[in-house]
Amino acid sequence: MRKASNVRARLIKDRLFSVAVFVPGVLVVVPFLLVLYRVVKNGVQVINWSFLLSLPKPVGEAGGGILNAVLGTVMVILIAGIISVPIGVSAGVYLAENRRSRLAGITRLCANLLQSVPSIVIGIVMYAWLVVPLRGFSGFAGGIALAIMMVPVIVKQTEESVLLVPGTLKEASLGLGAHYSTTVLGIVLPTSMSGILSGITLAGARVAGETAPLLFTAFGNPFYNFNIFKPVSAVPLVIYTYATSPYPQWTRMAWGASLVLIVVVLALNVVVRLVKLSRRSLFEG
Amino acid sequence: MFGERAFRALLVASTLVVALLVVGLFVTLSIGSVPSMGRFGLRFLVSTTWDPVREIFGAGAFIVGTLLTAFIALLVSLPFSMGVGILLGEYYNRGVLAQAISVSIDLLASIPSVVYGFWGVAVLVPLVRSIEMRAGVTPYGVGIFTSALVLAIMIVPYSASIGSEVIKLVPKEMKAAAYALGSTRYETVRNVVLAYARSGILAGVMLSLGRALGETMAVTMVIGNVSRLPATVFSPGNTLASVIASEFNEASGRLHQSSMIELALVLFLITTAINVGAYRAIGRLRDARA
Repeated sequence: MRKASNVRARLIKDRLFSVAVFVPGVLVVVPFLLVLYRVVKNGVQVINWSFLLSLPKPVGEAGGGILNAVLGTVMVILIAGIISVPIGVSAGVYLAENRRSRLAGITRLCANLLQSVPSIVIGIVMYAWLVVPLRGFSGFAGGIALAIMMVPVIVKQTEESVLLVPGTLKEASLGLGAHYSTTVLGIVLPTSMSGILSGITLAGARVAGETAPLLFTAFGNPFYNFNIFKPVSAVPLVIYTYATSPYPQWTRMAWGASLVLIVVVLALNVVVRLVKLSRRSLFEG
Repeated sequence: MFGERAFRALLVASTLVVALLVVGLFVTLSIGSVPSMGRFGLRFLVSTTWDPVREIFGAGAFIVGTLLTAFIALLVSLPFSMGVGILLGEYYNRGVLAQAISVSIDLLASIPSVVYGFWGVAVLVPLVRSIEMRAGVTPYGVGIFTSALVLAIMIVPYSASIGSEVIKLVPKEMKAAAYALGSTRYETVRNVVLAYARSGILAGVMLSLGRALGETMAVTMVIGNVSRLPATVFSPGNTLASVIASEFNEASGRLHQSSMIELALVLFLITTAINVGAYRAIGRLRDARA
């Protein structure tokens, strides 16, 4: 009798544990839906063509938009990409091709650590490296700050993708007498291109929402600015400024800007996921 | 052959740049902290006075605020991230539900921190305020507790995804052996899966702790930005990151600025130490498998 009740107790425990795993597992989706719901609900009321295509207006005047911030974000992301992609991809190729070298081991650790450095710290260092010597806040400084955040993501993704390239493919190329550089540029990189591109896209999507590294670098600017050595606005900066302001009109605009940002960031993430899925089925099928 | 050499040199140079960036960050922060270090010495780390007017600076209140928010967030998020980790790693590692949960976790991680902060200001702050009114504490709404809630939501994806990854690594034979001996699923998970994946799960928890310690914007927006030692968990306060974000652009003098760079240095050292620990744990797991 004792044995039977013992088994029952174990089974009950097992059931309870399933519940304890399932309930939080499903609940975790809730905050995502709540945030999405609030941003969409408040955001769509503000978004129209004039919101997307005009400059902000002073407090009290109706209307006004975020085009300066959108263009600013495009500018800093472009700068970040131009700087981080060549460095990140080359370093990733090196790591994949020289897996066991000492430099590779150290760099792998450094890339991991770089990824974990709080973004505000990167902002402060860029202030010291670029804002002080150049005597002013600039889109350039903001772009470099974001580049530093993109580099480790690109490095890791490149290394992973390059490692997937079959060794036989490289040997064939080298066996035909191709230079090492030809092999890397003509065989290795094109073969691993989709993985590298998805890494770059994810890195870009991530830094597009970064505010902290831009506070002391790009700084913000209520006007259009196409000079990379002048302060420039960015969508996350606008959200921060407007969201913490006491004016209801600005708060409403912050919801609009949040919606724009979330739609872009989520869309990029979903695209990368879909591409990955289709590639996988391609290889399996 | 010159081109070949140049090509290889380029690869090595890029790699060196990546490796040297972290060192560069550390050196720059150290140099910037020199005036503050010279003035306050080690007292900087324990003093809870932060007074820009009298030019007396100490990081104590912010270190307490940072650790408090991060650890409360970790505590709140742990059941959820463990639940998801076990759910996706062991119970449902394929199928529609698993896909849905893992997609939304990925997307949860991709929402910008400033949007979480804004959502916190609009939704959580009034909620916490009404709870505080019922509970009879001063209803600030903003504060350590509210920040910890936002942080908890933000860090769940990190520990959950690492958790499920390492749980998937547990060899099938070991689980099969446990079932063959008559274990229930719970017993298998507890005695075999979790025991095997322990160091990896710990690494995931540490990585998300590192995230929570350094998270800036969301916390800055809901913590109340008061540079005093928080009296209770419901008091407004500041973390290392939030005080830098809210004050650095208005830093009045050289000492004020340098003290803030030293705050950044402290933050850098704390997060780096935690992450080195985490990668050690992951490395150990990998070695054990190899």
